[in-house]
Parts: sequence; C-alpha cells; structure tokens
Amino acid sequence: MRYSALSILRQALSGNRGWKPAWREPEPKPHYDVVIVGGGGHGLSTAYYLAKEFGIKNIAVLEKGYIGSGNVGRNTTIVRSNYLLEGNIPFYEFSLKLWEGLEADLNYNAMVSQRGVMMLAHSDGQRDAFARRGNAMRMHGVDAELLDREDLQKMMPYLNYDHARFPIKAGLLQKRGGTARHDAVAWGYARGADSHGVDIIQHCEVTAIRRDEKGRVTGVETSKGFIGCNKLALATAGHSSETARMADLRLPIETHVLQAFVSEGIKPVIDNVIVYGGGHFYISQSDKGGLVFGADIDYYSSYAQRGNLAIVESTMEEGVSLIPGLSRLRVLRSWGGVMDMSMDGSPIIDRTPIENLYLNAGWCYGGFKATPASGFCFAHLIAKNEPHHVARALRLDRFERGYAVDEAGKGPQPNIH
Amino acid sequence: MASLITCPHCGRRPKEEFSIRGDAVPERPTPVASEEAWHAYVYLRENPRGTIREYWHHAAGCRRWLVVERDNVTHEVYAVTDARDLAKGGAA
Repeated sequence: MRYSALSILRQALSGNRGWKPAWREPEPKPHYDVVIVGGGGHGLSTAYYLAKEFGIKNIAVLEKGYIGSGNVGRNTTIVRSNYLLEGNIPFYEFSLKLWEGLEADLNYNAMVSQRGVMMLAHSDGQRDAFARRGNAMRMHGVDAELLDREDLQKMMPYLNYDHARFPIKAGLLQKRGGTARHDAVAWGYARGADSHGVDIIQHCEVTAIRRDEKGRVTGVETSKGFIGCNKLALATAGHSSETARMADLRLPIETHVLQAFVSEGIKPVIDNVIVYGGGHFYISQSDKGGLVFGADIDYYSSYAQRGNLAIVESTMEEGVSLIPGLSRLRVLRSWGGVMDMSMDGSPIIDRTPIENLYLNAGWCYGGFKATPASGFCFAHLIAKNEPHHVARALRLDRFERGYAVDEAGKGPQPNIH
Repeated sequence: MASLITCPHCGRRPKEEFSIRGDAVPERPTPVASEEAWHAYVYLRENPRGTIREYWHHAAGCRRWLVVERDNVTHEVYAVTDARDLAKGGAA
C-alpha cells in the first residue's frame, strides 16, 4: 500500500479500517540466496538495497528480538557527515545524501530534519582544529561553516559563553546535518524491504553457523530450525564478537554500553543539534519537545543495556555547564544500548577469511547516521563481492596492514574512542 | 556495574577511583615475536558475553594495577587481585 495524502483521506472516509500491516510475518523458507543476521537499521537497509539496487530477491533478515528493539531505537537520532579523515568523509557524505532522499525513496515519513549540527570550540587550539576539519570537509564537497562567537550568540543565546574554564570561542556548523526519527527509519526500511519480497523473521535467534568440509558457510541454526543460504551477512553490532565467534573469528572489537537521556517536553528552544567541545555532550530537541542528549560510554566493557550513575552525573554536569537553563528541567527517561567499540573508532564492512561470510560491525556510537550508506555499501559488497568505493577504507584487515582509520587519534583503546 | 570495588590494598572503594585499561587476558608477546602475534595482542579480543578479566588501575588510591574478574551482563564482581600477585601465580 502506497502512503499518500490521498490514502489518508480515503482511509479517513472509510473509518481507517483498510490499513494493512507495514510488513508480513512469514515463516522461514529452507534456503535463501542471502541471509542477514540482525534486523536493526543496518540489517534492514542492507536487505532493502540488496533487493532494490542489486537485484537479489531471495533474502531473509533474522532478528532475535523485534524490529526496532536494538540500537536503531536507542540512539540520539543525529545524522551528519562532519568527519576529518579521508577514509570516513566520503562514506558519511554518501550516507547523508541517501538520508536526503530517503523518505521519497521509501515512501515513508522518517522525519528527516536538516536542522544543522553545531560543534562548539572552547579554545583557540580547538577552533584551529575545527577550521582544519571544516576545510577537509569542503575539499570533499561537504558543507561546513566556521562561525565566530557573535554569530553563535545570535543563533543560540542560551549557551554559557563566558564559562571560566570552557568559554565558547567558535562553532563549526554543518547545515545539512540534523536528526531523523529513529524508529521510523527501522520501520521504513522494514516496509521497503518487505515490499521487495524480503522475508523479515522476528524472534528468530541464530545459535550456530553451519559450514561444510571446506569451511564454507552453508547456513545457520536458529531457534526456528536450520536455514540454508548461499551468502551469510552479519549485521549484529553490539554483539558482533558473539556472532563472529560462531564462525571461529576474533574481531578487533570490545562491547561497551552507551547511555542516552530525554527530558520532559518543553516548548521549542533548541533549534539545532549542539555538540559541546569542552567535554563530550550532544543535545537536540525532538518534535515532541523533549530534549534528547547523551555523552560518553561507561568506560567498562558491558553487554547489559543499562548504564551506571557516574555517567548520568557527568552527563548532567556537562549539559548544565553548557546550557545553565537545563538545571530547571527534569529528566524523563534514560536508557542504554551496547556498542561494538572498535580499535580505531571506525566501522568494518568487509568480507571475512571465511568463504560466503560477510561482516558489518564496529559502529562504535556512530551507527545511526551511517544506516543508509552502511546498508548500501554492505549490499554492494555482498552482491558484487567487492567493496563500494566509499567504503574501501573500512576493511577488517586494516589493523594488520597498518591502515587504521583513527578519527580521534586515540590508538587501540576501545573504551576511549 | 557494581558501585564498590574491593581493592586488596585499600578495601571497599567507589569504582570512580579506578581507571580501566581493558582486557587482561592477552599476554604481551616478546619483542621479536611475529607480526601476527603482535597484531593479535594489540587488536584482537575474545570479548565474551559473561565472565571477563580486566586490568583496573587504582588511580585515586594505592595506584596499584589490579585484575578485576566480573560478569559483563549481571555486573557482579567475583574477584579483585593485585596484578603482580596474579602474574606470580596467585589465584584470581
């Protein structure tokens, strides 16, 4: 069913009795051309682009929980492409371009809002670093503007400009960045994939990967029985080490928990996404009025989808330090999601040493903005057996070869990326 | 995560006094070991869901390196041992 103003009108006149579920709930077939493990944003977008752009029709997405239960529904919804490194900018810019056309492509309202992402600089050195980053972006054709303090004061009068330790010196604005409604992204891709014949199988946990005598992957054992496949694609960020272990692979990844918070709803106050450069804090306002914000990971390895109070405290401190008025608000909810923290802070989209096994992992806490490009590039890799040109740097063996993509320059220490 | 860690030297202390280095399982290869061995040591991790061992540094206390054995799902802490004692063959 195509969604349009006319369909809403027609349904309204007939008492809204004609709406159909957005995707089917099929039983698994015994064999697929491609089985994708993980029905998060990346798994679903991979299935969608495989079917739509690369002509593969016989696809299944296996999801342990339900669609939208994992990190695609747990993030702070920010989309942007303001990266520094050669290996990252073209990839994230490709993603942002897909975001810009996503709703028309999916015929689904994902509430993509290009409200601008502002990164604040609090020292002369940081301003210089942002000028460098902005120049790197512009050299790749990405929009970037370096604003001074006076510009910022007009745009965002509520910030604490004269903080004794972290005064605001400048801001790097990417106007095309913004937010998207995260659940709607999952639902839109699920509906889109389903309309191209992809079987989305929820509540189906993969328990083992079956391989033949030559070591090639032939299928997966699941809670709904054996499902055979020609190619197996893992898109289980957060649990990638656990799924890869089923194929005897060790990954350059540690799992960590990241928390997010939302305040009570208030009238519109924050127009953009604001990123605090004095520490690590980011905030935006949802259309419902709640302020959505987050900060660092919890520093210790964790597979539990809940965080600890020390980070709650430091997040609130950073927020109030940047926007003193936040202290008047109450926090409504907080939650945690588990991340694949990779050894250089960048993701992996690659073949593996095992035949027929493909890997999409290591998204750290930047996975949401990458959802469209991750799916597109992973689909390209699976269909053509060669990487998409914007994802060439995101190889699994880059650590071994000495080509880490370390955006923050922090070295192989996953808890500080 | 448990809020209190029992340091073998300082007793029960808030976990914010500690700084976490990461996985304590990989063993540092010799300087002349192969590139593969060094790659595995620096980059590859088992990263199991369940019981793990980590290096924690009691940065705001005795400044000793400790090995914390804990569950990364339930967040239960099973044992905290001085890293040197452990290296010399003590129990975790």
